[in-house]
Amino acid sequence: MDVRRNWQDLPDSNGRFGQYGGRFVAETLMPLILDLERAYRDAQADPAFAATMDDFWTHYVGRPSPLYFAERLTDHFGGAKIYFKRDELNHTGAHKINNCLGQVLLALRMGKTRIIAETGAGQHGVATATVCARFGLPCVVFMGATDIERQKPNVFRMKLLGAEVRPVTSGAATLKDAMNEALRDWVTNVHDTFYCIGTAAGPHPYPEMVRDFQSVIGREARAQILEREGRLPDAVMACIGGGSNAIGLFHPFLDDEEVKLYGVEAAGLGLNTIDKHAAAINGGKPGVLHGNRTYLLQDDDGQIIEGHSISAGLDYPGVGPEHSYLSDIGRAKYLSATDDEALEAFKLCARLEGILPALEPSHALARVGEVAKEIGKGGLLIMNLCGRGDKDVFTVADALGVKI
Amino acid sequence: MTRLSTRFASLKREGRAGLVAYIMASDPDHETCFEILRGLPAAGADVIELGFPFSDPMADGVSIQLAAQRALKAGGSLRKTLDLARRFRAEDQDTPLILMGYANPVEHMSYDVFSREMASAGADGAIIVDLPPEEDAPLRAAFAPHDLSIIRLATPTTNDNRLTKVLEGASGFLYYVSVAGVTGTNAASTEAVQNAVTRLKRATKLPIAVGFGVREPEAARAIARTADAVVVGSAFVDEIAAGGSEQAVERVLRKVKQLSEAVRSARAKEGTPA
Repeated sequence: MDVRRNWQDLPDSNGRFGQYGGRFVAETLMPLILDLERAYRDAQADPAFAATMDDFWTHYVGRPSPLYFAERLTDHFGGAKIYFKRDELNHTGAHKINNCLGQVLLALRMGKTRIIAETGAGQHGVATATVCARFGLPCVVFMGATDIERQKPNVFRMKLLGAEVRPVTSGAATLKDAMNEALRDWVTNVHDTFYCIGTAAGPHPYPEMVRDFQSVIGREARAQILEREGRLPDAVMACIGGGSNAIGLFHPFLDDEEVKLYGVEAAGLGLNTIDKHAAAINGGKPGVLHGNRTYLLQDDDGQIIEGHSISAGLDYPGVGPEHSYLSDIGRAKYLSATDDEALEAFKLCARLEGILPALEPSHALARVGEVAKEIGKGGLLIMNLCGRGDKDVFTVADALGVKI
Repeated sequence: MTRLSTRFASLKREGRAGLVAYIMASDPDHETCFEILRGLPAAGADVIELGFPFSDPMADGVSIQLAAQRALKAGGSLRKTLDLARRFRAEDQDTPLILMGYANPVEHMSYDVFSREMASAGADGAIIVDLPPEEDAPLRAAFAPHDLSIIRLATPTTNDNRLTKVLEGASGFLYYVSVAGVTGTNAASTEAVQNAVTRLKRATKLPIAVGFGVREPEAARAIARTADAVVVGSAFVDEIAAGGSEQAVERVLRKVKQLSEAVRSARAKEGTPA
């Protein structure tokens, strides 16, 4: 059997992408995630569900997002033509809302009356709070106490949107601990609560479901480039934290074998440091956390190591299981960029294109020149600009030693 | 006969429920933990659950989260946990000892090595919280040649279909998590526990141990009237947290004794000895 023909068919019925993925949860949650899977299959088969999504995508989120030719950046590097998929222009400023909308609509179908979410930088929290406000659902966002301190504007945004932000003080009080706490809440409030996970990770069916909701990015990009250039791109690129924007971009291109897929992980202060990066694939080993088997940052005893990145959105010690699989089979290639490289790319994009990118896609931007040159002139490259940089202005000023 | 089945058979003969006592390995430090561990049988623990620490204990409440953090800070690990089990077994050949924790340290060690080490240490089985039946085939395969027990969890959300799945391949005893929630939360009502135990007894011959939220003698006594064993963890772990490690041994064992007495007297009080 030619395994490559089945890339679009994964995960299998056990939620596996090869050895990755699965349902590694406590027994209390098993009936819930099996229920969720049934509800999701039901929604997938219902044209009304897709129609509702489309309507909100168009009129609430602002889709399709443009495919923009970054002409000056292309000239600067002198290689392939660089296109940006402009998902930073979505309502709430990032790709996160694509997924939140899907999950909240599913929660409504399931008759759930309370939404919980975890957030690191606050982008997924803001997107979830936004959609919950729109549908009149109570929303509790779990956020590490350390992150609450670092991301005050987003905390205030969530509160303005009517969400309750619950500080998490366990562990290191960051994203992974917020996810632990959300799982604890879910297990305690199983009857009425829907857990809206922010990335393409967690127990099956979350990695599949989040990927499907985010695949609108790749579907649009594929159609747009065919219309603009009359052919498929040579490569597509995206940054990877949990990897939801990347898998959303990659997935519709998986069977186009001539299209290379590049993910860019956060190398923080360098991959040679033990705990100062967040590159799970480049610097981690396979293991089990948060319901799935995937590459993880961990020590010799299997204890999870805190990641570090200047970008709070990439600061997670794991990665979505499908990326682990795509890396192992060689279908996608995973590069990395340090904090400093991301900052340089941030500045370059601001000056050359008049776009302040978020620090997350700045990591992809940091590798875009090399990949464009490798493809060479006449080639085509699409990079997902998955978030806008307004939220990062304070972090960037701080890193540059500027007082504002 | 395994140590677990021998112990549950003798509890049945005595006409009483057993006390399953949970402590976290290397909490508050390795040697203090060993002193607690070796004192558990005399204090009245019939089965010992030795937790191995994990950085991300997503099914545990605050008490056991903090215990894991203390243990990790004290240098605790899965290997150190196996070391404690080995030293305990050198002194006590009868009290069943099972390990409890999360999958990642086990995956990292490999299921085969884990099973070999457990068998040679004299441990009797394991509860791996985030390995539901769908995911524990590699562990079952590795455990089989060593006759180690896979202890499965049933919960209030486990419906009949699910229960069949949970019981396939389960051994040792069935651990009924009496509340949907994390460890150490509020106890379930006596009636709810009774109904659940009755239902489980219809489905399996395995002994039923009931836990989650049992902190005080009253709750333990109520459960001990119907279940084959009562599991207590957070209440013991909290005694370790309650002060200096010098008196931790004494505090924990006193609490074990208190709960053990409640468990032992539960059915006698009802006037229904077996």
